[in-house]
Amino acid sequence: MQEAIISRAKQLLADGTVNRVIGWKRGEFAYDITPAIFESPEEIDADFVYDDFTSANVSKYLVKESRKEGKILAFLKTCDTYSLNQLTKEHRVDRDNIYVVGIPSDGKLDVEKIKAKGITGITGVERNGDILTVKTIYGDETMSVADAMSNKCLSCKSKKHVTYDELIGEDGEVTDTNRFDMVEKLENMTSQERYDFWRNELSKCIRCNACRNVCPACTCENCVFNNPDSGVENKAAADSFEENMFHIIRAFHVAGRCTDCGECSRVCPQNIPLHLLNRKFIKDINSLYGEYQAGADTTSKAPLNNYTFDDCEASIVHERGVE
Amino acid sequence: MQKIGVFVCHCGTNIAATVDVKAVAEALSHESGVVISQDYQYMCSEAGQNLIKDAIRENGLTGVVVCSCSPRMHENTFRKAAAAAGLNPYLVEIANIREQCSWIHKDIATATEKAIILGRAAIAKVQLNTPLTAGESPVAKRALVIGGGIAGIQTALDIAEAGFEVDIVEKEATIGGKMAQIDKTFPTLDCAACILTPKMVEASQNEKITIHSYSEVSAVKGFIGNFTATIKKKRRFVDETKCTGCGACTEVCPMQKVPNAFNLGLNNRGAVYIPFAQAVPKVATIDPNYCLKLRKGDVNEKVCGKCAEACTAGAINYHQQDEYIEQKYGAIVVATGYNPIKLDKFDEFAYNQCADVVTSLELERLMNAAGPNGGTLLRPSDKTHPHKIVFVQCVGSRCDDSKGKPYCSKICCMYTAKHAMLIREKYPDTEVYVFYIDVRTPGKNFDEFYRRAVEQYNVHYIKGMVGKVTPKSDGKIDVQASDLLSNEQLHIDADMVVLATAIEPDKTARPLATMLTTQMDTNDFFTEAHAKLRPVESATAGIFLSGACQGPKDIPETVAQASAAASKAIGLLVKDSITCNPCVAHSNELMCNGCSACEKVCPYGAITYQDKEFRTPYRTTVMRRVASVNPAVCQGCGACTVACPSGAMDLNGFSNSQIMAEVDAICK
Repeated sequence: MQEAIISRAKQLLADGTVNRVIGWKRGEFAYDITPAIFESPEEIDADFVYDDFTSANVSKYLVKESRKEGKILAFLKTCDTYSLNQLTKEHRVDRDNIYVVGIPSDGKLDVEKIKAKGITGITGVERNGDILTVKTIYGDETMSVADAMSNKCLSCKSKKHVTYDELIGEDGEVTDTNRFDMVEKLENMTSQERYDFWRNELSKCIRCNACRNVCPACTCENCVFNNPDSGVENKAAADSFEENMFHIIRAFHVAGRCTDCGECSRVCPQNIPLHLLNRKFIKDINSLYGEYQAGADTTSKAPLNNYTFDDCEASIVHERGVE
Repeated sequence: MQKIGVFVCHCGTNIAATVDVKAVAEALSHESGVVISQDYQYMCSEAGQNLIKDAIRENGLTGVVVCSCSPRMHENTFRKAAAAAGLNPYLVEIANIREQCSWIHKDIATATEKAIILGRAAIAKVQLNTPLTAGESPVAKRALVIGGGIAGIQTALDIAEAGFEVDIVEKEATIGGKMAQIDKTFPTLDCAACILTPKMVEASQNEKITIHSYSEVSAVKGFIGNFTATIKKKRRFVDETKCTGCGACTEVCPMQKVPNAFNLGLNNRGAVYIPFAQAVPKVATIDPNYCLKLRKGDVNEKVCGKCAEACTAGAINYHQQDEYIEQKYGAIVVATGYNPIKLDKFDEFAYNQCADVVTSLELERLMNAAGPNGGTLLRPSDKTHPHKIVFVQCVGSRCDDSKGKPYCSKICCMYTAKHAMLIREKYPDTEVYVFYIDVRTPGKNFDEFYRRAVEQYNVHYIKGMVGKVTPKSDGKIDVQASDLLSNEQLHIDADMVVLATAIEPDKTARPLATMLTTQMDTNDFFTEAHAKLRPVESATAGIFLSGACQGPKDIPETVAQASAAASKAIGLLVKDSITCNPCVAHSNELMCNGCSACEKVCPYGAITYQDKEFRTPYRTTVMRRVASVNPAVCQGCGACTVACPSGAMDLNGFSNSQIMAEVDAICK
């Protein structure tokens, strides 16, 4: 797959369709893949990577990149295309300045899960059906692919690219996922259990802002957490509850706009399952206002920004919160 | 440094009885920035206002907090007082310690504590108030009346009389509404058509009035003085300008099995129809659900077409499409009226099983000279004279369960007395029973009218409810009821049963209320701005209420309210401009993402976007899409400020920081 992508990138650069490419390059370790911009075939040959650890969603970078001179080529996995669509809908990116090549993804690996098996010194992986061979400086180890699969891919919502200019490989379908299972489990808890669950999770937060910085829905020119006039700007927490509020406020800000790409939980250094907050909103929106998938298209009206005659009454929303 | 004056009102005992006003004034005097804190019996009185004015002058106040009734009541009063003393009126804040405090609490300690907290919140807010200046916006000299029943007609006539253009939008093929279906009117027993139809003709002949029949209001934008409504003229397949109302088409139409809606389905009419002889406009309408040609789907096919052949005026147009008209209005009057409720949930009265159990409105048609039986009262089932008729009052009215309505429908006692009397007058051999919970007859000459039914016409009034109505095989109807006064169970072998069905607002009212952003109560009646003092205005400026859309009403009351609504609308239309609310939204372009969230939620269409160049570091620039608010269109509802993800939208007078300050003060 990597070869196909690289060769297509070089072609598009050569024929002048684009003048830049956003993709990924390797960091210090084999599994340490970060987004990168390439401006020449030489740079691409030297650094471009697309492998089982290439998880990062590059669509958010296009907010800035699409405003620059010339067209940029972006390789987007299925989940990334939802993010780009949502950004297009909110006028945050200039879609005309982006050339999207949809690329397939059969699930990305989470290096932390591999490391948790006691495997260290990882230099690469090889997938063979359900078997994953992990190459390390100490020799090969094997484990099942499912055990190493990143959480966001385990509950993949769609194998279908919702926006692209061309595709590499076959397009899939919207999948029937179990992504609301954990939300349901939380809903079935008593309010005290739920409170304890979230206090436990959110108290791990170190306010590194990685979740906000990676989130493709968090693209404000001036984030409220950076704005001293907002009253909720970043500062030393005055009490132990404040970091909880940070995540709750953020979840509200992206409500109805979150495409459930799962990047927030992926990048969290404390492994807080932040995506569950967003999924709760998605599930509620689905049940209160009808099925809605943010980013599935660029024209539909978002339920929270759209008032219709058959909207449920506020009292119904309120009653749901009463035990 | 802020110098804030706090003024705590007793409102006689309205506040002072449950709130220790002296303690509130004392407690608030220690708040930061407060230089004077006083209490007084009636702050809204001349003396109370002078207290505020003097304090502004003497202490050089920079902000005023009045702890009193709802701002809806006297905010304006106190703003004017402040302005008279030289303080910008928008530096006045009201803490509502009456409706939201003293009236709802019994315990003095609790109420006092809450009043202090509410006062603190207002003080915290007023610290952040900024002086605002109100602008002006012009008034479109035209009124829209929605609904063409007697309420809408009367309102339109009165507005036209004052010299303003009026458009009536009526969803049915003719104006006239329910009153046109009624036979006689209480308490004088004059014929409804005789007094209504001249008014309908007057409306149609008035140069200032335009009637859009068979039309709906499909969208309303704008605000007081400056509404833009889109009117959908539904296709009636007849050119209104050509049709002479001769009725030739209705005679040749071979599809004569259409339930006649005007006669409530008691007889049939053609697929092309004129609702009744005096219809206004007197124009035919084709019902596409029944017309043989239109039902085919392809009008070019050679099917029927008899009406077009019969029409000498060439008015029939099978290709007609819906037409949309956009028009500017200064005022809108809602006159959407009422309907009897559906009786599906009242199986005990056998309405759905027995043709001889009818609603009161159906009885009106049965007794009407233009009705299905030419005015002779006959049983719908076998067209024989009924000799024993039972009237059941309060069917669905005053219901404490979900089957019916909790309110009294108000008109039923009187029209039932009317029906009983008319039947006894015309058919003295008929026995009439009326089962009632209470007989309610407040109104001029109303009780006399009811007593005449009992005393002069010997109508049997029985206090008690009917438990069960059972149609029998011999055509009679067994009415099982209890007489509460003599404590007896009764069985009456009736020939007909008439149900005084509860009335409810028309189903079109709720979507209309949403469109107009006006309030409704839980029964879908429009809510007036003030139950006592502003009964014909809605809480939304420029929207007025006429007739039964606001609550059950008889004809005299409806007409009175219709004229009152008209005079309120005229009061607005005579003005060349109105003062705008300066509490409007604005966007901070440096923070705006251009995401369009605000534009999508703005009910007034006040927000637009533009691409603007912004300076960025190192002498570079960037083009960004940013929102801007048209202050003349913005109504300050604040929907955009909560939809805005970045906090770029803010509302003058209710800024995000002011609201946060209030919350902080309350949670302190």
